[in-house]
Amino acid sequence: MERRELTCIGCPMGCTLLIELDENNNIKVTGNACKIGETYAIKECTNPTRIVTTTVKVIGGKHPTVSIKTDKDIPKDKIFDCLKELKGLSVKAPINVGDIIYENILGTGVNMVATRKVESC
Amino acid sequence: MNYDLVIIGGGPAGLAAAVAAKEEGIDNLIILEREEELGGILNQCIHNGFGLHTFKEELTGPEYAQRFIDKVNELSIEYKLDTMVLDITEDKTIYAINPKEGLLEIHAKAIILAMGCRERPRGALTIPGTRCSGIMTAGAAQKFVNMKNYMPGKEVVVLGSGDIGLIMARRMTFEGAKVKAVVELLPYSSGLKRNIVQCLDDYNIPLKLSHTVVNIHGKERLEGVTIAKVDGNRKPIKETEEYIPCDTLLLSVGLIPENELSRKVGVELSPVTGGAVVDNHFQTSVEGIFSCGNVLHVHDLVDNVTLESYSAGKNASKYLKGQLRKGETIKLKATDGVRYTVPHFINPSTIEKDITVRFRVGDVFKGAAIAVYFDDTKVLNKKKRILAPGEMEEVKLASDLFSQYPGVKTITLKVERS
Repeated sequence: MERRELTCIGCPMGCTLLIELDENNNIKVTGNACKIGETYAIKECTNPTRIVTTTVKVIGGKHPTVSIKTDKDIPKDKIFDCLKELKGLSVKAPINVGDIIYENILGTGVNMVATRKVESC
Repeated sequence: MNYDLVIIGGGPAGLAAAVAAKEEGIDNLIILEREEELGGILNQCIHNGFGLHTFKEELTGPEYAQRFIDKVNELSIEYKLDTMVLDITEDKTIYAINPKEGLLEIHAKAIILAMGCRERPRGALTIPGTRCSGIMTAGAAQKFVNMKNYMPGKEVVVLGSGDIGLIMARRMTFEGAKVKAVVELLPYSSGLKRNIVQCLDDYNIPLKLSHTVVNIHGKERLEGVTIAKVDGNRKPIKETEEYIPCDTLLLSVGLIPENELSRKVGVELSPVTGGAVVDNHFQTSVEGIFSCGNVLHVHDLVDNVTLESYSAGKNASKYLKGQLRKGETIKLKATDGVRYTVPHFINPSTIEKDITVRFRVGDVFKGAAIAVYFDDTKVLNKKKRILAPGEMEEVKLASDLFSQYPGVKTITLKVERS
């Protein structure tokens, strides 16, 4: 049996999670205060994912940048490929919260969406 | 200009306080904001993790701010941007300035202080070495990268492990910089655990606890820093010195509530929090002046700022309606590991519902409990697997406790080891 200790990143409480993996890959999670902890622990042991947030350049906006995020979490090992894909990208103002800035990044089915409003100047 | 309520600061605290007051029927109110847009520091906090409690979803800073900005607009709450408050007098006259209208004189019946906090700068630390460029607070770097599209450097060391420092270690990594180390003087991090995991561990950035920067090298531009391990008295150990080449040093060494205005108007401040001393209505020592958010005490979570400021906004409207009664107050005492409490005292004559007492501990405690005493009687024992200075805690005092223990003089909060 394999044991792992993780800190939950689901919320700021940061529960210490104890994970027990048996031979048949059954996962038992303890130490979590809520369901998020269990989901996170199982995911972290099987397919760890993260939400990625960054900024891209804006043309003709009141601000030089717009903040964006993945609208769903993406596999952890794709974070840097995702950032590379967005390098050099610029978008035209006006931009609204939720606007899709980049569709289906790296074929993951995940879109990059704007997280702030940028008015035209 | 005359207003019933003036809110100073249009960040998360000011926005929530304004929304709450308006919802309570205070129509003649205004928010004064120094920056060119509402939202405060949230605008540059592009990472996710905001709003889990308030909205039951994980938002980024700008999205969280936008929800409240939308609410302010929906409720037609007046605000002035680019407007810097210069002075407040005891009769609640506010002097402010902006480029369009010049000097403003505003008379208020009540004021909510919601100015937030500021980062401790290099000058507040005693690091020897030259005054080369490349040294800035983590928040300044955050503004450069996220708002202005400038990268402050390529090889980075972060001093201090506050949340902004941790967030910026990841952010700089995302933008192609090499973050060589996060150096923390204390044996534990002052940041949230989840940020250590998802900002440092995820990217193999070393966190050097019980270490500090002892020298800064470089003439025009930073060339490197010398770090060293510290002993139990936080004194650097010479033999452990290590040189790290870098062109950028980010400081994440604490936040200070920005209370210059509060001080001017004679609001009593707590030496522990750097914020106002308040009662359970968030009223300061000056009648009709309230305080909430990071200007009151530094929070870890914006959700808590929102809750607290909502309450402050509601109470300010009660004050304006003449519903806050004066009376004997009960002192809250923080001792044995509890560093401070907010509120600092309770006015029992106006208790309607449970009172949330927020506090921080001064050390890391494992398997301990938070005990609450009404005078000498223990009324609450809250077991905690772990207590750390980096995580704000709270206890709820049920309203019937106050009827059960009439005449209580002091409420004491302490850490008890089981």
